Amino acid sequence: MPDRSTPTYEAGEADRLPAHDHELYNTIAQDRDFVELRRRYRSFAIPATIGFMAWYLLYVICNNWARDFMDTKVIGNINIALVWGLLQFVSTFTIAYFYARHAKKSLDPLSSKLRDEFDRESGR
Amino acid sequence: MSTAMLVPLATGNALTIGLFLAVVAVTLYITFWASRQSKTAADYYAGGRSFSGFQNGLAVSGDYMSAASFLGISGAIALYGYDGFLYSIGFLVAWLVALLLIAELLRNSGRFTMADQLAYRMRQTPVRTAAATSTIVVSIFYLLAQMVGAGSLVGLLLGVTSPALKNLVIVGVGVLMIIYVTFGGMKGTTWVQIVKAVMLMTGTVLITFLVLVKFGFNLSNLLGSAAEKSGKGEAFLQPGLLYGKDLVGKFDFLSLALALVLGTAGLPHILIRFYTTPTSQAARKSVLWAIGLIGGFYLMTLVLGFGAAALVDTAKGSQIQTSAGNAASPLLAQAVGGGEGTLGGSVLLALISAVAFATILAVVAGLTLTSASSVAHDLYANVFKKGQASERSELRVARIAAFGIGAIAILLAIPAQRLNIAFLVALAFAVAASANLPALLYNLFWKRFNTMGATFSIYGGLIMAVLLVTFSPVVSGTPMSLFPSANFDWFPLRNPGLISIPFGFLCGIVGTLISKETHSAERYDELSVRALTGAGAEKAVTH
Repeated sequence: MPDRSTPTYEAGEADRLPAHDHELYNTIAQDRDFVELRRRYRSFAIPATIGFMAWYLLYVICNNWARDFMDTKVIGNINIALVWGLLQFVSTFTIAYFYARHAKKSLDPLSSKLRDEFDRESGR
Repeated sequence: MSTAMLVPLATGNALTIGLFLAVVAVTLYITFWASRQSKTAADYYAGGRSFSGFQNGLAVSGDYMSAASFLGISGAIALYGYDGFLYSIGFLVAWLVALLLIAELLRNSGRFTMADQLAYRMRQTPVRTAAATSTIVVSIFYLLAQMVGAGSLVGLLLGVTSPALKNLVIVGVGVLMIIYVTFGGMKGTTWVQIVKAVMLMTGTVLITFLVLVKFGFNLSNLLGSAAEKSGKGEAFLQPGLLYGKDLVGKFDFLSLALALVLGTAGLPHILIRFYTTPTSQAARKSVLWAIGLIGGFYLMTLVLGFGAAALVDTAKGSQIQTSAGNAASPLLAQAVGGGEGTLGGSVLLALISAVAFATILAVVAGLTLTSASSVAHDLYANVFKKGQASERSELRVARIAAFGIGAIAILLAIPAQRLNIAFLVALAFAVAASANLPALLYNLFWKRFNTMGATFSIYGGLIMAVLLVTFSPVVSGTPMSLFPSANFDWFPLRNPGLISIPFGFLCGIVGTLISKETHSAERYDELSVRALTGAGAEKAVTH
């Protein structure tokens, strides 16, 4: 059980953890595997976020300011506006699928290795 | 034709009431079953963290697909065609923010509430107070929307028009949600969401299938009939019937779109759902399931909406018009079942009405639990008792808070019946995106971020969003406003997001830079390790 006595100043949740945990966290933070894990996570999540936000906002903007283009018929009664709307669904499913694959293949092995290391060292 | 539609939906009333009572009975049974299983704080707040990715995915979908989406979006499509569909796109794409940036990291670094994740490296008292304030404000706006919806919906479905009976329905829904949350906690609430999600998906698949059969599974035919029947022709399938009629309208739509896409990942009742899973991998799986289920559901609302436009009377004075679109799905169910007065029509109408009712009950339960958790865990246990409260007293406060919030929601919902439901939901999203999302993202991705940055961004985004709405045409200046005869509508947009979201992000930067606190930056590496690896994260409860 971690020491739960109130420190003299108004502290964060982290200050209630035993000192040994802090050392462990800071050691892991310097670990090459952790640096690599963070790089792999960010190199997917950040570009993907910028990508889908831009793709979505472009669609919103075209709904406002490119009406003639959006009204163009593609097949039967189906126009570009509807197709693009449905493509937003497709892109959402696709990004989710690729993120899940990336996480499973490239993130999970590293994160579980580091977590095990922490559990072993902290005696949990 | 139109006179037949004007008759209240009273046919099959007995069946509808029977199904409503069945929904109430099943959910109450779940609640009492769950109450016997809940012992610890982790049971009450996080369902023992024992739900699988699939179960929580269903529950997340159940929490997210409110009556506003089920009845509101298909109704908006039935009335405004293509533009009604735009809501669903924002609501779905928003899940990528939750998947990529929030769900797993939050699961690993927090415990019970949204504030936990900020409190890890910030000074607890100010940060928890701020986060609890915005949690309660967002949840109450959302809760009011659902309860007002419940009143008008049940009134509509049972053919009740008397205001006294509508108030009675609101009180009834309020009492039920207090019972769910007080006794069932997160475990009971989660199972209610799961049952509701299954009911909602089944009902929607059934009606969608029946509509598609009528049009030979040809989307183009369906769109063509809808456009023709709507009397608006081509325009019904093109952008512009609802949004962006003039320049102000175009910016208003942009503002709404931004609030929808950034709001989801800041909704406290969605965020705390990630704590119900045993690991961050399970939290990820639940978002993936939610994206699949919610995406599939919104694709079906497209068929429901256009189907209603094609098969049900939507002309001026029709029931769909007078209910602002909310009656579209139930009336469509009646029509594809064989029409009014037929057995099939009555059965399907009663079934869809019961689904809508279950939807409302599940969502209000989730919202009440979120607010009660924040009051008990953030305000009572950590701000007031400085972390020295016993688990028993904390849980007692959570139950009292659930009762209090339920009572407040009932009292506010009765006069709020004049307010537009979609407006209340959009406001909740705007506040979530302006106040909560900046603080959560900065905390996870910006080392220098500190206590003052967090409180500035939460209060700044919250106050700006609420102020802009107060001075918008929603509140005064037009015949549709809350105060039609007053004129203080100097802010032209109906949705504040376009200004208040960047303002919330900006406040976070300003607050951080003027503060000299360095302690929170020292803890950033620890938070990153916890968030990314799950080292030291809360584990599932084993009984």
